[in-house]
Amino acid sequence: MSAHAPNGIRLSRRRFLQILAGTAGALVVGIRMAHADEPPLPPEWLGNHFHELGAYVRIDAEGDVLIGARDPDTGTGVATALPMIIADELDADWNRVSVVPLGLGVSANDNGQPHWTYGRQRGGTGDSIPAAWAELRQAGALARWLLTQAAARRLGIAADRLRCEAGTVIAPDGRRVTYGSLADDASKLDLPRQAPAPKAPERYTLIGKPVGDVDAHAIVTGQAKYAIDHHEAEALVAVLLHCPWPDGTLESIDTAPALAVKGVVKVMQLKPEAGQQPGHTVIAPAVAVLAKNTWAALAGREQLKLKWRPGASAQESSAALEQQASALLDGDAAPTARVRDDGDVDKAGKHAARRYEASYYQPWLAHACPEPMNCLAHVDKDHARLVVPSQAPQQAWAVVQRLTGLPADKIEIRVPRVGGGYGRRLDHDYVAEAVMLAKAAGKPVRLLWTREQDFAHDYYRSASVHKLSAVIDRKRNIVAWNQRLASASALSGRGVPADRLWTSEVLPDQLPAGLVPNYRSDWYALQSALPRGPHRAMPQLANAFAAESFIDELAHQLREDPLVTRLRLLGAPRSIALRNGGTLDTGRLRNVLQLVADRIGWKNWLRSVNGLGIACWHMDGAYVAHAIETSLQGDKLGIERVVCAVDVGRVINPLGLEGQVAGATLDALSTALNLAITTKDGQVQQHDWKSYPLASMAQLPNSVETIVVDGGNRPPTGASFLAMPTAAPALANAVFRVSAVRVRRLPLMKEFLRLS
Amino acid sequence: MAPAQAHGVPAVPDSGIVPAAARGGIGIEVNGEHFVHTGDPQMPLLWYLRDVLQLTGTKYGGAHGENGADLVLVNGKPVSAITQPMAKLDGKRITTVEGLAANDGTLHPLQQAFIDEDAIGCGYCTPGWLIASVDLLKRKPQPEDADIDQLPNTCRCGCQTRVRAAIKRAAAGKAEQA
Repeated sequence: MSAHAPNGIRLSRRRFLQILAGTAGALVVGIRMAHADEPPLPPEWLGNHFHELGAYVRIDAEGDVLIGARDPDTGTGVATALPMIIADELDADWNRVSVVPLGLGVSANDNGQPHWTYGRQRGGTGDSIPAAWAELRQAGALARWLLTQAAARRLGIAADRLRCEAGTVIAPDGRRVTYGSLADDASKLDLPRQAPAPKAPERYTLIGKPVGDVDAHAIVTGQAKYAIDHHEAEALVAVLLHCPWPDGTLESIDTAPALAVKGVVKVMQLKPEAGQQPGHTVIAPAVAVLAKNTWAALAGREQLKLKWRPGASAQESSAALEQQASALLDGDAAPTARVRDDGDVDKAGKHAARRYEASYYQPWLAHACPEPMNCLAHVDKDHARLVVPSQAPQQAWAVVQRLTGLPADKIEIRVPRVGGGYGRRLDHDYVAEAVMLAKAAGKPVRLLWTREQDFAHDYYRSASVHKLSAVIDRKRNIVAWNQRLASASALSGRGVPADRLWTSEVLPDQLPAGLVPNYRSDWYALQSALPRGPHRAMPQLANAFAAESFIDELAHQLREDPLVTRLRLLGAPRSIALRNGGTLDTGRLRNVLQLVADRIGWKNWLRSVNGLGIACWHMDGAYVAHAIETSLQGDKLGIERVVCAVDVGRVINPLGLEGQVAGATLDALSTALNLAITTKDGQVQQHDWKSYPLASMAQLPNSVETIVVDGGNRPPTGASFLAMPTAAPALANAVFRVSAVRVRRLPLMKEFLRLS
Repeated sequence: MAPAQAHGVPAVPDSGIVPAAARGGIGIEVNGEHFVHTGDPQMPLLWYLRDVLQLTGTKYGGAHGENGADLVLVNGKPVSAITQPMAKLDGKRITTVEGLAANDGTLHPLQQAFIDEDAIGCGYCTPGWLIASVDLLKRKPQPEDADIDQLPNTCRCGCQTRVRAAIKRAAAGKAEQA
């Protein structure tokens, strides 16, 4: 469709809605990026090739509705929530809706650059819902408008007197016409001059109602196909042995014993691409064994005789890195970046009535995705077809394009449901490996990382040391707050300017910024060769643990109820402008705090035999608080109750939201209780679920009591990791109340046992 | 059946007069169907299910199956499929997540309960949780929290509280029927 097409309507972000007649009288509505001189869609795209059309709706003559989910679902529920948004605008009967994952939408524009058919496609980054809210409602609204117009013609009644309900257009006299019977007529109508208005919120029938995961039936019956479950007849299975040091090299190899294993076809070396930088290794050197099946490949790998030569990173250890951090924070070196500096922290300190200081250590973390890295890659000389467990298929596309040089639209990337992401699958080293192997082998390759590799070759969350100090005046107000943080930036080696490396580590707007008149936040860069990357709720997770633990310590010093200390700090309900353009609504933050306090019975906090802990945080316009009750019998800690309140604005799917809140809470507790990656001689020491022990059922609370604030008509925010940051500090604060042991070092269980 | 050997099916003679030689291989029953494995007897059941039978509901979790993603029932007992070489399984009856529902598609009460409680994160480890839960309810039709605590599975998405609710829901359904 050309940008000047008479039936084109202009929408935000230069995106156009498009209607097409599908096969067998189907109505197909898609959203396409505006692009001049775009050729008309070939007719074969309209029926069985629904996939390739856009983020949209297809209604067939039987009344079945197909809705495309554009963002990868890594367990965040977007494959349910995004189609719900479209279906509600459409007034579809949800029982007749099927959802298909879209895969990457890409075509080539005039200068050969990629042109993203569906706009942004990303999952597990907390922005799927807000983006869909802004962009996808139109598809449903347009389809409903067309169906209503078609019904108006058929019934001879003005369209504005008709209403839609559950896949049916209803006339004032009670006559009903089903969407299925209208689809063919609707598909032949011209588009409206103006985009049809979305529904009034009070008319929502699906949005705000609990809806189960659309893939649930396929999952519980074992039919859901993840990328790792995809087969291709000719494909060889590839397993790897990576160099233990990201900057190491292969010294010697004898491939004969591996090649002698029945079923093994090839043994190949994988060398890193040129231009890699320490801290962000695109690919560690590796040797691949390609075989006819997984077992033969693994058996072949067992027989590899090889020797690696360590690189400079072999000097590194997590212990040395912690010393590096302490040396920086204990000395008077200038910070790498001054993130924020309100008022005058130094001056406030001079007239201090009371001054407190504490340091918090948090370890390296792995992503530990349930589905290990894998990729099915079919690379011909003029076409590539991949099945990828990706959170960002556009990034995966860029990797494939770089390695194959293929035209933009000759790279096909499918993304089925993904077995966890947590930020790991925003990087696509495993895709690069699969493409390189498929190219070199001249055959499709099914790459599988084994669990040890997943742990040993991750893009880790850096360890960090927070050194916090605060000044309290005679009226017991916190008048100065100085945060000094040392960590290794997740952005090193990724083309980010040196003066922006702090942006992955700390936020200028994080609590208590904006609430304390003299506030300073400094960041100190640690040097590490261990690859780093985005991680779930980063940088909130580490910063919230430090800040919300420290506030609790201040409350204790003040002999004050820590809830009261927090409420005093938040002050009267008001809006505070944030540096990122958003606002902090202290009233909403107070509300979630008060809600969890009331639910857990905070009034009895001093008298309780068990320990109560509380914490709150805000991120991207959403608000969260946790209250946790712990018990202590001997040296056995128990998590008795967990309450979490969230305010995310409008809730799309309350059942999905509660699942995300409980899930993130348990993940955060599991991480805080047990998990740490350590390195020695440059090698990661954790290699399986025993050495990186996610919490057992017994360690975790039996339930997470979730309170969802009615967000009214505020636009929805993302929520997939909202409940991560406050769980650990609330737990540590509760542990302090029950045991008088202040945990300033994670993982908590190990430190608690050491201190008590 | 004869000890497992890695060899193919013997050629059938042209005339139908001579009886065929006894077939070698490892015979197993998977979800009610019979299969004969004639490949490497050391191949773990997990890869046999996933690569050979293409029953991919049973997931790879790690080399020792510690996170429970690869649990299957062997003669009714939950075992990690990656720890079971085919050589050990001759004559055994195996149930995978694909075999939990009835032939007409009626879901196992636990499958239905997982759907009803939306006890799914990314869903990758859900088949393993289901197998472990099926075993638990067989041993303890009315499990206490302490019994549920003993499940060997882990989940990074944090679906444990909902799994607990799903098990209780399925158990309550059973109690009602009884």
